[in-house]
Amino acid sequence: MLSVIRTLWDVFLHAFRKRVTIQYPEQKAYLSARYRGRIILSRDPEGGERCVACYLCAVACPVDCIALQATEDPTGRRYPEFFRINFSRCIFCGYCEEACPTYAIQLTPDLEMGEYNRQNMVYEKEHLLISGPGKYPDYNFWQVAGVKIGGKDKGEAEREAPPADLRNLLP
Amino acid sequence: MISPYPAVTLIVVLIGALTLAGGLVWAERRLLALWQDRYGPNRVGPFGLMQTLADMIKLFFKEDWIPPFADKWVFIMAPAIVMFTVLMSFVVVPFAPGMIISDLNIAVLFFLGMSSLGVYSIVLAGWSSDNKYALLGGMRAAAQMLSYEVFMGLSLMGTVLLAGSFDLVDIVNAQQHLWFVVPQFLGFVLFMIAGIAETRRLPFDLPESESEIVAGFHSEYSGMKFGMFFVGEYIGILLISSMITVLFFGGWQGPVLPGIVWYFIKTFFFLGFFILLRASLPRPRFDQLMDWGWKLMLPLALANLLVTGAVKLAFFR
Repeated sequence: MLSVIRTLWDVFLHAFRKRVTIQYPEQKAYLSARYRGRIILSRDPEGGERCVACYLCAVACPVDCIALQATEDPTGRRYPEFFRINFSRCIFCGYCEEACPTYAIQLTPDLEMGEYNRQNMVYEKEHLLISGPGKYPDYNFWQVAGVKIGGKDKGEAEREAPPADLRNLLP
Repeated sequence: MISPYPAVTLIVVLIGALTLAGGLVWAERRLLALWQDRYGPNRVGPFGLMQTLADMIKLFFKEDWIPPFADKWVFIMAPAIVMFTVLMSFVVVPFAPGMIISDLNIAVLFFLGMSSLGVYSIVLAGWSSDNKYALLGGMRAAAQMLSYEVFMGLSLMGTVLLAGSFDLVDIVNAQQHLWFVVPQFLGFVLFMIAGIAETRRLPFDLPESESEIVAGFHSEYSGMKFGMFFVGEYIGILLISSMITVLFFGGWQGPVLPGIVWYFIKTFFFLGFFILLRASLPRPRFDQLMDWGWKLMLPLALANLLVTGAVKLAFFR
């Protein structure tokens, strides 16, 4: 019986402690910078789209929520013609971010994506593309890749030596 | 001593009991949350006061389904019985000097009789539902309530001996110099425990057993019938708190404030205590509960009665 009285007293003292509830939406929970929330497509520091439509994210996705189609612009730069993520399927695992070679697709600490209509949960490229570089501010894939695109010839990428001239390698 | 306007008092008590039961739903959710380090409902009105109203509106709109395999009339009647018996018991409770609906000279017996009738509603609900879990709940309720009623009556007999009458007004008046909780402390503890078991509150809520047998005896009930069980349970708690204040804590007696205010202060204190019990205690196993009732509480109640009678006979001739 005495343990019962002690329990009652202990629980009663809980009235004088702070409550642990976070009163959403007036207060919001703390989300760290690497929190896996809403997916975005970022741009490189010069303003061009980072995504090269390599399909690696679509292949890595465990629930197949990414759909895209590659195409090339007149300067030879690859980009996605359309890029669609179905957020009602997305499980926010981050595999697409890990698979992306250009740091294009990223997960941000934003989770307020509620909709009444399921069709509104399918985000197109214009909904996913942001104007900044996201979490990786200095990386420009096209500057380190060896591909020839408009404005950069073979041999002019960062840390790349110019191609050897075969006809001058005479003994 | 009957109030000069019995009809008015009747309406006031009826509406007051139902309103207080609704307020008690809100108070329970907020107090349980206070003791569990969280907020209760705080969105619906100021401090969540409209939450009970919103819940009642929702219950009214629910489909009133009677299982086709159930015993129809008994199924419908069972929640009505619990409301009826509890509200009838309020007829004999004195709220303030002169404020009572009916000053029966066998008020204590009437209260005990009404609480015994209340057992029927649970058993009939469990039986008429034609559902294993409901039946289990009903059987447990019958066993629990019957066993704990035995020493509920006996624990009250101490106060009746001290006051010399079954009339609740006489019992309140007899506490002018010393509240009965002091000489009858054991009786108070026994009556409180029995009262908790009668209203099927935690820790004695095995018939309802939220996490063990689905919803116990009211598994098949939905909509307003469930609402009646729900509100009936809260009015029952209100009744037991009222009876504790009247029988052991001097009813409406107190220094400065008017009688009715003291009555409410004391009743609300015990309501808060019942909610604290719900927040803190685990549920005993059913055989542990029955053991306790018959092997511990009943001998204590008999001993209490014996000692009270002996002392009264020896010293207070």
